[in-house]
Amino acid sequence: MKQLSTPRLDQCIGCHSCALACARLVHKKVSWHCAGIRIRSAGGLSTGFAASRCLCCDPPPCAAVCPTGALTPRRGGGVVVRKGSCIRCGACVPACPVDGIATDHVGDIYICIHCGRCVPFCPQNCLEMVDSDATGEVR
Amino acid sequence: MSGKEFRVMVVDLACGKGRLEVIPGRDLVIGGSGLAALLYRQYGKPELSWDDPQQPLIFAIGPLTGLFPLMSKTVCSFKSNYHGEYTESHAGGRSALALAFAGLDALVLVGRAPRLSSLLVASRSLELREVSFLKGLDCDAAGKLLRTTYPGGSGHRSILRIGPAGELGSAMAAITVDTYRHFGRMGGGAAMGAKNLKAIVIHGDGALDLPEGKAYARLFQELYGKVTSTEMMRKYHNLGTAANLQALNDISSLPWNNLQRTSDAAIATVSGERFADAALLRNGACGGCPVGCIHIGFFREKMADNRYHFHQVAYDYEPIFAVGTMLGVTDVFDVLRIIEAVEKVGLDVMSAGVALAWATEATERGLIGDRETLTPLRFGDAAAYRQAAWQLGSGASPFYRLLGQGTLRAAAQYGGGEFACVLGQEMAGYATGELFFAAQTLGFRHSHLDTGAYGYDQKNSQRDVGKAVDFLIDDEPGRALLTSMVACLFARAVYDNETLSRCLEAVGHSELAATLSESGERIRRLRWLVRASTGFAPENFSIPKRFYKVATWKGAIDAAYLDAIKDEYGRRIVALIAAGANEWR
Repeated sequence: MKQLSTPRLDQCIGCHSCALACARLVHKKVSWHCAGIRIRSAGGLSTGFAASRCLCCDPPPCAAVCPTGALTPRRGGGVVVRKGSCIRCGACVPACPVDGIATDHVGDIYICIHCGRCVPFCPQNCLEMVDSDATGEVR
Repeated sequence: MSGKEFRVMVVDLACGKGRLEVIPGRDLVIGGSGLAALLYRQYGKPELSWDDPQQPLIFAIGPLTGLFPLMSKTVCSFKSNYHGEYTESHAGGRSALALAFAGLDALVLVGRAPRLSSLLVASRSLELREVSFLKGLDCDAAGKLLRTTYPGGSGHRSILRIGPAGELGSAMAAITVDTYRHFGRMGGGAAMGAKNLKAIVIHGDGALDLPEGKAYARLFQELYGKVTSTEMMRKYHNLGTAANLQALNDISSLPWNNLQRTSDAAIATVSGERFADAALLRNGACGGCPVGCIHIGFFREKMADNRYHFHQVAYDYEPIFAVGTMLGVTDVFDVLRIIEAVEKVGLDVMSAGVALAWATEATERGLIGDRETLTPLRFGDAAAYRQAAWQLGSGASPFYRLLGQGTLRAAAQYGGGEFACVLGQEMAGYATGELFFAAQTLGFRHSHLDTGAYGYDQKNSQRDVGKAVDFLIDDEPGRALLTSMVACLFARAVYDNETLSRCLEAVGHSELAATLSESGERIRRLRWLVRASTGFAPENFSIPKRFYKVATWKGAIDAAYLDAIKDEYGRRIVALIAAGANEWR
């Protein structure tokens, strides 16, 4: 399985193009928040940027607390999202240890589904789809 | 998606309460510049002083903000204490997207907070908070404390703040946006300070509905490809605007030492290449812009032994000209040190640099001395300028307080008006010739970006008054249109009218797409009409003698040609105002 990784985030310029692409193409929103990847400044602009996103835990603690099966473990780590099953309980949000899940004011959740549609919209080549087996990130 | 009507949050700072107004007129003024002018007509008090609590401070975005690449700017408008007239200043950072995602087309601030305060605006929050602990703090320190005061929302909020210069009412006071961007010119920081408002935190915590159909995503992809894959925008993220230093020096159009000359061999040590090679730390971007034109340089300071601390400072052509070549400072790290000092105290770098250049020449000529400047000023003395920047911004002497109101104000008292490099406001860094000098003097914002006069000067050597003024008149509506969308003007080659029409169609504003040319003209006239209501007249602005003594690649300035252009441009603007008065009765 492929998963999204951010191997060159030190090249990030903070344009939010990745988040805007995810919101636009996956979640059908115009937003920098309602997205599976979200860029934040790490302690003010002068110290660069960090990305909040799913790191593909295996097993995923968010799926473990989901009461309706809207989030189920994905092969290789992370979750498969069944939006229609989500009752907006919000239990998954604090369960994620890396702030990878966002929620909006009506309780919809936004989590990376590792589709890679954000990758070509990064002008700085920060993002990459990699084999789950090959990544050194959280397992 | 922005609607057919404007959603405007009007906040009365006197009581800390706001009301959400739904205002018609999208079809007439589009947004951004047009909306700001419309709002000043509604909320402004042209007859009252700039610092009357009733005067509005306006921030406006446009129908394409956040929806397409480089639609990333905010227009700030207010009655300026620099010339007592209506004006605009533009900035990027995250302010535009934050406003859009807070669900607003504009924020209008009226009234005066009883104590020094900060304002939080979000999609579901509005709060005025007393922040007397920020009094007198520089923009950097205030930013750090504000990030602590308002936890959460990192990356999705925009923090606007002023420094001591804004609190004191300097006409050169800027509003700092997200550390590295600024509503710099014409005293926006003073307009904010007059409201007892130290900071505005805009949290873009909401979302917009996606435009219907597939056209939007397809067009986004096409334009994204255009701005990232082609050469079109490369100059902005490569050397950036700093590339202009060498180019303008080569054609004898770069002001040096208070415009005593326009070219100097020392350019090699202060060129865009030199900045990139020696001092460029990284690039940054405004929210929603993949170009990343923000160039962040560094310098380090030695304390003792081998103990250092380092500083990060954004640079561009204009700041480098203003506190570099204009002051005879040619070390890139020294230039960054002065930029930082100016920005910390909350002054506009261009205005401050040009004002200090005049003060230096006035010192050379014996018109002023240490009693006025406190620090002896000498071209090339970077350490002195660093001190003087703080003294100017903090009003450390009666002289500096007067200079902060404008170089010509100081010259009126101390003499030296003939060598004050003021074209409506302290000059932009283009000693390109007659058309630019006339255009900045009378331009709507007194900005080099009001029209492409600096480009015209570089391509045309004939002296045809009618043709030159036609160029200014014909060029302005397209720019007014872009600043109503609100596009970064670096993207003007990408967003021609046909592309803007496609963008507007794709996001459901087909009614705007069909009438772009007429709208640009209408907005241009409205802006001038609003400015005229606050007292604008062409004869309010003159061109100091120094500009008549400049030599460019075309040779010496032709005084008669310069005067003729200015007179004709002034007549044409007056005609625009008259036409606007008929239209906006």
